[in-house]
Amino acid sequence: MEIIENKKSYDVVIVGSGAGGGMATKILTDNGLNVALMEAGPFFDPANPEQRLHLKWPYESPRRGRGTTRAFGEFHASYGDWKLDGEPYNMKNDTKFYWWRSRMLGGRTNHWGRISLRFGPNDFKRKSIDGLGDNWPIGYEDIKPYYDKVDKLIGVTGSKENIYNEPDGFFLPPVKPRLHELYYKKGAEKAGVKVIPSRLSMLTKRINNDRGVCYYCGQCGRSCGIYADFSASSCLVFPAQRSSQGRLDLYVNSMVREVKVNKQGKPTGIIYINKDDNKEYSITAKVIILAASACESARILLNSKSSQHPTGLGNSSNMVGKYLHDSTGADRMGFIPDLMNRKTYNEDGLGGMHLYSPWWLDNEKLDFPRGYHIEIGGGLGVPMYGFGFNFNSLNKYLGLETGGYGENIRKDIKKFYGSTLYLAGRGESIARIDNYCEIDPNTKDKYGIPVLRFNYKWSDHERKQAKHMNETFEEIISNIGGHMMWSAPGKDQDYGLKSPGEIIHEVGTTRMGDDPNKSVVNKFEQLHDANNVFIVDGGPFVSQADKNPTWTIMALSWRTSEYIVEELKKQNI
Amino acid sequence: MKRRDSIKTLIITSLGSSLVLEGCLPKEKEIIYEKIWKYQYGRTPEEKKRDLELLNKTFFTKDEMKKIKTLANLILPPSPIGNIEKAEVPEFIEFIVKDVPSFQKTIRDGLIWIDVYCKNTFNNTFIESSEDEQKKLLNSIAFPKSDKTKEEIFFSTFRDLVVTGYFTSKVGIKDLEYKGNQPNVWDGVPKEILKEHGLSYDKSWESKFIDQSKRNDIAVWDDEGNLIS
Repeated sequence: MEIIENKKSYDVVIVGSGAGGGMATKILTDNGLNVALMEAGPFFDPANPEQRLHLKWPYESPRRGRGTTRAFGEFHASYGDWKLDGEPYNMKNDTKFYWWRSRMLGGRTNHWGRISLRFGPNDFKRKSIDGLGDNWPIGYEDIKPYYDKVDKLIGVTGSKENIYNEPDGFFLPPVKPRLHELYYKKGAEKAGVKVIPSRLSMLTKRINNDRGVCYYCGQCGRSCGIYADFSASSCLVFPAQRSSQGRLDLYVNSMVREVKVNKQGKPTGIIYINKDDNKEYSITAKVIILAASACESARILLNSKSSQHPTGLGNSSNMVGKYLHDSTGADRMGFIPDLMNRKTYNEDGLGGMHLYSPWWLDNEKLDFPRGYHIEIGGGLGVPMYGFGFNFNSLNKYLGLETGGYGENIRKDIKKFYGSTLYLAGRGESIARIDNYCEIDPNTKDKYGIPVLRFNYKWSDHERKQAKHMNETFEEIISNIGGHMMWSAPGKDQDYGLKSPGEIIHEVGTTRMGDDPNKSVVNKFEQLHDANNVFIVDGGPFVSQADKNPTWTIMALSWRTSEYIVEELKKQNI
Repeated sequence: MKRRDSIKTLIITSLGSSLVLEGCLPKEKEIIYEKIWKYQYGRTPEEKKRDLELLNKTFFTKDEMKKIKTLANLILPPSPIGNIEKAEVPEFIEFIVKDVPSFQKTIRDGLIWIDVYCKNTFNNTFIESSEDEQKKLLNSIAFPKSDKTKEEIFFSTFRDLVVTGYFTSKVGIKDLEYKGNQPNVWDGVPKEILKEHGLSYDKSWESKFIDQSKRNDIAVWDDEGNLIS
């Protein structure tokens, strides 16, 4: 097929407009470079009345918010979830892997939980501590200045806690806990579990005059119409568009297929499919930055085959796609009789929990490596599809009859509204070479691009961690007089350990390292095999800590962007 | 053009010409547009197209809708605040079985069975049976013990849809006394509620939280990360 050449050439082409790509766009345009930003999905602005989702009522939807076309409910701001029409992925060897993709400007930052945690000093050097996996080639001191800058630019709530591996930052003040969160605090502290205010990228205080201040509707998952939460589109790409004076071209509905190389094998730009006319185009740039998400960037590299790079670009080590790892996860629910028959008031609050528990234990006294943090849910939330199913099943804990009909439904619904507490553990798995994604030789997506195939298995390290999560949750719920709502998942169910990909923190597919035989990028996220290609999504993570990856993706992307500016100045690339 | 008309035009153009609407009478078109107009929120063009197609189809017969309405009213009787009709529960059930086709057989079979039961027991259709007779029918399926029969599964499913449909409606949300989904300033659990639960905010924690009177002052920190504005 003929490839249509774009006449304009750029200093940098960036593939993907999420956390990593958005940050690179902002920093590079601020430094005077000409940038092409490629996004596979449509333009998205949560303030646009046609695209707005927040402050809608369930009855404004014919399905009352049911997640028929969106896995997290239909008001949830992600175009795409674990399934995309016409863009399949496959699995081998009994693998169960779920791959979340958001095709839209800002990518997955539109819907995420905004839990914004720094990695601590230990998180970069886990091998030195427990002998498993590998150390990062950088340490906390390398990334700290960039975490500081991200805090100040984007805004994150928090409190100074002086916990060694949970570094403090430049915080906006947190907000007071809700009622069920105070119950959690009571139960957790009795169990010896540390509880601190949440660290969320939501503006409890004004940070600049371009963005609003939180008005506590609790709907950050719908992407904020006044930009009081962080989405890469509203907080990085739009400001870059405003200040770049024409140096930024945004290409939406543009699905990048591969990095193109010249006869000498040097990367010269990218080839993409324009979804509007289904034709192939190419863009030329001095520097290529991949930020399409860990697995999508690996896919682009593996699909970029040439005589000089026969196994894919950057893959001379055969490491592209390897060491794929997601957070561990296990969830339980408790019913708290003391929270029955609540007086109602508006406790929507921030779009997430107001408190959480960072990892609090010493692994030397445990039978598994690495830790997890605990997230909390509950309260007097807005009723959505599914509200009131099995309306009085909780009666069984009170020795009362279940089922029925008539006026008692109204009574029981009000009795149990806000009386449950949801606990979720999110922890660190061990990155392993035999968990990977690769190109499936037999399947292409609707654009004709070869798709990914996953191979992934948990080990006992992760299973034992999930078991520990369950035991902790049971103790906390029991400490506040509650009942677990279903029985503990046993060994045969991996103790309720979620399938990889379900926590949506997948990283590691293009990991960083000093040794080109064992890693894909160096400590500046630059390909060992091509000095003008960089990866700024979760791919370069050596290990993902028990922290959500977004803050680290952005800090690293900022650091890499500054490195690119310097290298261009020195004419090294 | 009025805003409403402009949105109509926008929807029609964005959906393209290939759509089912061409076969409709003008009056029906108007009704479908009205339905689509009701539902305005950030859907993708593909999602809008899917919804329009579903809204343009009818699943339940008039007779079935009558049974749905009667049954729903028995399950959740009217209160001074709301009722099944005001909550548009029958319309919601009609839509959701098209949205989630796996509901269709359970509910249609159940609606046939309630007539069979009433004919055999009371010598009348479900609708023609007295309220007492209808309740006798419900008593036979509303309290499943362990393994549910087919009829008990029908009733639980139907009841779930009625309850969720009611409490996600405008009147149902009022009935529930949910107070949120509007701009406000959160400054903690009301004092009297804390007291009722024997809880309080730790004194040692107080200084950590936002001073809501300063929320609009632009954040400034010293070099150690202490907020000074």
